[in-house]
Amino acid sequence: MTRKEYERPLIRKLETGMPGKFGMRNDLNPKTHIDEVAVSDLVRKYGSPLFVFSEETIVQTLNKAKRAFTTRYPRVQFAWSYKTNYLDSICRIFHREGAWAEVVSGFEYEKALNNQVDGKKIIFNGPDKSREDLQMAIKNDSLIHIDHLDELYELVDLAGELNSKPKVAIRINLDTGIYPQWDRFGFNLENGQAWDAINKIMHSGKLELTGLHCHIGTFISSTGAYGIAAAKLAQLAIDIRNKYKFAIKYLDLGGGFVSRNTLKGSYLPGPDVNPTFDDYAEAIATSLHNSGFETQELPLLILETGRALIDEAGYLISTVLANKRLASGSRSTVIDAGVNLLFTSFWYDHKILPAQPFSQYFEETLLCGPLCMNIDVIRNSINLPLLKKGERIVIFSTGAYNITQWMQFITMRPAVVLISSSGEPHVIRKREGRDNPGLMEQIPGFLELNK
Amino acid sequence: MEPSLIKDIALSDSGFIFNPVTGESFTVNPIGVGILNQLRLGKARQEILDQLVVEFQVDLEQAERDLMDFLNLLKHFRLVSSNE
Repeated sequence: MTRKEYERPLIRKLETGMPGKFGMRNDLNPKTHIDEVAVSDLVRKYGSPLFVFSEETIVQTLNKAKRAFTTRYPRVQFAWSYKTNYLDSICRIFHREGAWAEVVSGFEYEKALNNQVDGKKIIFNGPDKSREDLQMAIKNDSLIHIDHLDELYELVDLAGELNSKPKVAIRINLDTGIYPQWDRFGFNLENGQAWDAINKIMHSGKLELTGLHCHIGTFISSTGAYGIAAAKLAQLAIDIRNKYKFAIKYLDLGGGFVSRNTLKGSYLPGPDVNPTFDDYAEAIATSLHNSGFETQELPLLILETGRALIDEAGYLISTVLANKRLASGSRSTVIDAGVNLLFTSFWYDHKILPAQPFSQYFEETLLCGPLCMNIDVIRNSINLPLLKKGERIVIFSTGAYNITQWMQFITMRPAVVLISSSGEPHVIRKREGRDNPGLMEQIPGFLELNK
Repeated sequence: MEPSLIKDIALSDSGFIFNPVTGESFTVNPIGVGILNQLRLGKARQEILDQLVVEFQVDLEQAERDLMDFLNLLKHFRLVSSNE
């Protein structure tokens, strides 16, 4: 007798409460391959958990963003946001495709130089730039975005010391009608701080004010807010022109565009409701065209979007460690990737699919990571088919911020693989070993152990 | 303690369960239907387990874990009682 295929027994209570207004479909196809490479092969070769990036998706997404903006505005430049993902291989793909670098620390600045980005194409943002960092940026003729007055004074001082005229922009925070209004970075427009900084720069004669920069928030789903920000920056540039007879060369609208992820608490899934690049481009370009610029004097539009360009290109493969039944009767599945690797699971309900075929039976599941910490929850409630120990799942849209914010905690950081456009997987960051956490430790003499 | 299905539970071949005592209804997958039918016939836990291993491509250890979980869930939903 041939034995039948096994699936664990499952019983589910039928709830007769209020039906949902929108029925959510369960995805019925497993994610067996990423860019034609089998998930099972990737895990066999590089271990689990495993971050996987798709070069093809990166290039396609950047092209989509470029197309959205360049078809609506004549002069557009993207700058790759290093803090979103500063693996050198990822940065180099963006630079190869024409993106400048946007960095927020001396460490990131040097990374951009090592990736052979022309100093003139490095935008140096952020509140923490040391005197040495600023000297380096001035010598390389980079675009320094001033965050506070202390930095402005230091730059004026350094300009004299180095006998150079640094190219600067000021970061501006402004009211675009959204909450919360970010006001901890840069100079406020509405209360006059921005003009104080501009006047100081212009009167010093030691700095070249090349641009105006704002960054209104993160994961901003209101495109109208970008329209308002663009209009206010454009008006400020026109006012500067009128007052000082001086043309601002670029407006940098920063980042903050949403990816396809679904924010926790959102009623509808991200892919159904999140704005597209076209929506943002329409709002920003319309505002700039409607401002008082003559067509030939339209400034360069710089965009520093990070998340929206890389999130979809990143996957996290994970393996089921155990299935449990909670006291409430609901199911819990433990996987080998925790919140220390997937920081974004605090914000998003990541899409997750099994990597092998499954039946039509689903069970509501609490999906936990391997950490011995109660907070280690990847999804509070997700409908998953009946997964067995050792089976794989693929977590989608993990490309932004996880690689830069992950931490070695209880478990080691996994390998990162890039699947090239030709379909070849390459390790771009090696799996950490058990020796890694101790590498920077030192033992004082009185705690030395006898050999 | 051997589990026994409480009386009057309606179970269809397609996996629909109705408990007339509480008014609750459930769905169960095909392998679960088989287990419930065996419980109805008064089979003991070990007999059910032996049957699963003969009938399906599963090792004893996995089947035991899953059966234990399934029986606990039936108990949670008050569909079985345990005989001393």
